[in-house]
Amino acid sequence: MSEILKRVDLIFGEYSDQKYKTLEKTIKRPNDDIIKDILDSGLRGRGGAGFPTAMKWKFTMEQPGDEKYVVCNADEGEPGTFKDREILTQVPRKVFAGMAICGKVIGAKKGYMYLRGEYRFMLPELLKEIDVFNTNAQELDIDFTIEIRMGSGAYICGEESALFESMEGKRGEPRNKPPYPTVSGYLSKPTVINNVETFVNVLMICRIGPVQYKKLGTRDSRGSKVFSVSGDTPIAGIYELELGMPLEKFVEEFGDGDTKAVQVGGASGFCVPRKKFKDTIIGFEGVPTGGSMMIFNSSRSMYNVLHNYLDFFEEESCGQCTPCRVGCQQLRKGIEAVKRGDKPITYLEQLMKLSETMKITAKCGLGQSVANSFSSIVNNFKEEMIY
Amino acid sequence: MTKEINLKIDGIDLIVDEGTTILNAARKANIQIPTLCYHEDLCVAGNCRVCVVEQKGVKNLVASCAMPASEGMEIFTNTGKVRLARKHIVELLLSEHNADCTKCYKNGNCELQLLASEMLTGEPMYIDLVPDKKYTIDRYNKAIIKDDSRCIRCQRCVRTCEELQSVSALDVAYRGNHMKISTFFEHPLFEVVCTNCGQCVNRCPTGALIERNYVDQVWDAIYDTTKHVVVQTAPAVRIALGEALGMPAGKIVTGKMVTALKRLGFDSVLDTDFTADLTIIEEGHELLTRLKKALVDKDPSVALPMTTSCSPGWIKFIEHTFPEYLPNLSTCKSPQQMFGALAKTYYAQKRNLDPKNIVSISIMPCTAKKFEANRPEMRSSGYNDVDYVLTTRELAIMIRQAGLDFASLPEEHCDSFMGSSTGAAVIFGTTGGVMEAALRTAYEIVTGREVPFEGLNITPVRGTEGEVREASILINKTLPEWNFLEGVELKCVVANGLAYAKKVMQSVKDGTGNYHFIEIMACPGGCLGGGGQPIPTNPEIRSKRKSAIYEEDMGMTIRKSHENPEVAEIYKEFLGKPLGHKSHELLHTHYTPRKRY
Ligand SMILES: Cc1cc2nc3c(=O)[nH]c(=O)nc-3n(C[C@H](O)[C@H](O)[C@H](O)COP(=O)(O)O)c2cc1C
Ligand code: SF4
Ligand code: SF4
Ligand code: SF4
Ligand code: SF4
Ligand code: FES
Repeated sequence: MSEILKRVDLIFGEYSDQKYKTLEKTIKRPNDDIIKDILDSGLRGRGGAGFPTAMKWKFTMEQPGDEKYVVCNADEGEPGTFKDREILTQVPRKVFAGMAICGKVIGAKKGYMYLRGEYRFMLPELLKEIDVFNTNAQELDIDFTIEIRMGSGAYICGEESALFESMEGKRGEPRNKPPYPTVSGYLSKPTVINNVETFVNVLMICRIGPVQYKKLGTRDSRGSKVFSVSGDTPIAGIYELELGMPLEKFVEEFGDGDTKAVQVGGASGFCVPRKKFKDTIIGFEGVPTGGSMMIFNSSRSMYNVLHNYLDFFEEESCGQCTPCRVGCQQLRKGIEAVKRGDKPITYLEQLMKLSETMKITAKCGLGQSVANSFSSIVNNFKEEMIY
Repeated sequence: MTKEINLKIDGIDLIVDEGTTILNAARKANIQIPTLCYHEDLCVAGNCRVCVVEQKGVKNLVASCAMPASEGMEIFTNTGKVRLARKHIVELLLSEHNADCTKCYKNGNCELQLLASEMLTGEPMYIDLVPDKKYTIDRYNKAIIKDDSRCIRCQRCVRTCEELQSVSALDVAYRGNHMKISTFFEHPLFEVVCTNCGQCVNRCPTGALIERNYVDQVWDAIYDTTKHVVVQTAPAVRIALGEALGMPAGKIVTGKMVTALKRLGFDSVLDTDFTADLTIIEEGHELLTRLKKALVDKDPSVALPMTTSCSPGWIKFIEHTFPEYLPNLSTCKSPQQMFGALAKTYYAQKRNLDPKNIVSISIMPCTAKKFEANRPEMRSSGYNDVDYVLTTRELAIMIRQAGLDFASLPEEHCDSFMGSSTGAAVIFGTTGGVMEAALRTAYEIVTGREVPFEGLNITPVRGTEGEVREASILINKTLPEWNFLEGVELKCVVANGLAYAKKVMQSVKDGTGNYHFIEIMACPGGCLGGGGQPIPTNPEIRSKRKSAIYEEDMGMTIRKSHENPEVAEIYKEFLGKPLGHKSHELLHTHYTPRKRY
């Protein structure tokens, strides 16, 4: 592996010699110190949106009331992402410990893991681990228990407010924001919701300290990231890498020598064409990703790639808001019509404007992010859209 | 004290209470922002996105109906970005929409159409999606038609049915491009828990939920010279009809309505008020009888509390939701159905008409009455007691079709007989009215004195929206035959809107609610807010209608049902006595337990 592309062993690194040792140490520290460490570490959420984790916790901690919740988002529905599954298989204790630290900091006694419906097969192992955690927590005198809730196979239920609705037994439709989860989340109580990987990062920051942690990554993208690499690559799989690498190096390492484009961040992410590999940084200062890296070589039709994404969004939109529900259908039908010649090439411009409207008017991140793949693919592969 | 928030909208400085949305703040400054999913009666959905505005310093547009104002916020409601986004959104809605307005019942009274016309939508911007959609129309119901091809999925109906009515007959089904408003397993409305209350119809911005109209059938009857067409009008129609004909809310148009009906060609223009008074006599005696059985005969089988039965939406609701309480329902038919049964018996006899040549029409503020008229048990005259039920809205359509300039019509009186009214009957149109009318009569029967309230206004039972109103009235110095009621405190409760009805029944069920008499109206505010009333509806409009009703009551010379001269006459000539044999045959009914699913 190249110099620049550093393999890291933070997330998947071995457990400490003694069960829940870091947790035991951390719960003795003042909340403000813990928050300060996370703040100093520069950690931003690993679920996609990249919100600073320390701020999220701080806001929730400052909310009045003693009924608060910690929720771990393990819905992992983004196409091309399978890293949370790996984390939960390999190092579930780190996730639970991260959740427990969160519970202590914000004052929550209850944590939930919302597990993707398709991951039901992992349930027996996870439940065993949860028993271990709950027993240890008792021994450590930590008033925090964890429970698992199963998802029902809808991508939209990974969106935090739709996830709460789903946990409450309602239809998984995103809510209006504000109020944000920090004020009104699960059962309308202050809630921290983080991605699986985010919780592990917190634990590792608590273990190695922010100074050590900050050595990884760049100024805007601290730490390491677990990537799910798929597509036209001889070495598909899960890789933990330092954040802030140039895409060019990534392609050199993982591509098959004929890489035409990389879709960074799954269907809701951006498509980067070959000519931009050099100038593209993987991280919050460049192209952010929840972990999905899909590599396409020149045998791929980018029209088909986009069509697939649009099919996905058209089906997975919750359907409540106009721009997303109808916009997705129009984008898909629109590129079909241009391809067939039923609509002039200029119709693509119209569709670009529509995707921009979706971005600024849709109710949640799903509808808002359709434009990412749409405009980056259409702009960079216009000929493939037409001919 | 609520905190005050300073913000700027389109350059105008505003101070609003904390929690006020941008939409409402803008309205305060007389800046209109278009809306579709927003409705004042319902909680905020924020799903149509047509109300988006620009907020300084924020990249995305914000939905003004869902965004609370915050300190120092600067909002722009009319930028190029906003305008384009709104146009896109309306165009998107139209691309999913079967927009053949000339074939649509809501043509001319449709919020989507209005927005489209404001935005000068011309050639469609996007591909027509309708051919690919397998839209269905549910026409199986006698009261309400649901046409998915005209639905914009704003979920106002879903929220109405759940929040206001606690029925949840409608819900969102499927995701993404298949998302639709549906019933339990997509059964037709008549097979599910829907009460036909029509509240969803009142709030649907488009032609997706409409009443089943019988305008043409009524014209046919009028034109048929072999038929004698009688029409009855419910109390709540006359205080709302004007709205559908260009007049402001809260106008009493009784006289003009009667003139219009005569000019439309009805052979006899009569009044549901007459049977409202009759209902009071029958129901009042029924209550007293039940009380006697309970207190004197100690009959454990007697069902108390007794609940009113004049709201057919409520009837269907209790049949589905609390079937174990059907014995508690008064057996009195609704005034509409009493009227229908008498039209083809008493009225026919007196006018020497063959009942088979009588067509009985009713004008109601209500869609549930359409369903009620079609219940199999509503044929006690041997014919359909009521042939066609029109809503207030349909009557307005007929008046427009006939080219009548409603506002300038002279005022006439109903025909006689079965056309006389009292203040007691008038207040049937508002929540608490049946209770008040019943008390005015029952108290007097029992004590020989008028109810001890100034001006006969029993304000403690006058219900309001959004609450359950409890009241009690002490009975003392009774007449000798009623002395078993001496000192009894009659406990009453009044609820409007089925969500509140449910609360009351739940309290009866769990023993926390101890009542003798319960009045329930299915619709918010009572019949004045009925599912057949002019659209739009909102708290302000309903409160104006309510004031009009009490004004009308105060203006009547006779204000007690038992003093209605025609009521006295019908007992003498035809019915004999309250709860007598004939009454039972014609004026009382029974109910059918139904399942939730
Ligand atoms: C459509 C949609 C799907 C999402 N799916 C996931 C998911 O599967 N897992 C996840 O962690 N976050 C998902 N998110 C992001 C969450 O809403 C939320 O931002 C995240 O869980 C916050 O965690 P973090 O701060 O640790 O990143 C999704 C967002 C959207 C809009
Ligand atoms: S953007 Fe899409 S997924 Fe999100 S609320 Fe709107 S319709 Fe639902
Ligand atoms: S619902 Fe409105 S826009 Fe649609 S066809 Fe009817 S009138 Fe026209
Ligand atoms: S039926 Fe009417 S109220 Fe219900 S979602 Fe459709 S348009 Fe909205
Ligand atoms: S008519 Fe009433 S009960 Fe039926 S769906 Fe509409 S709101 Fe619900
Ligand atoms: S009116 Fe605000 S989103 Fe519909």
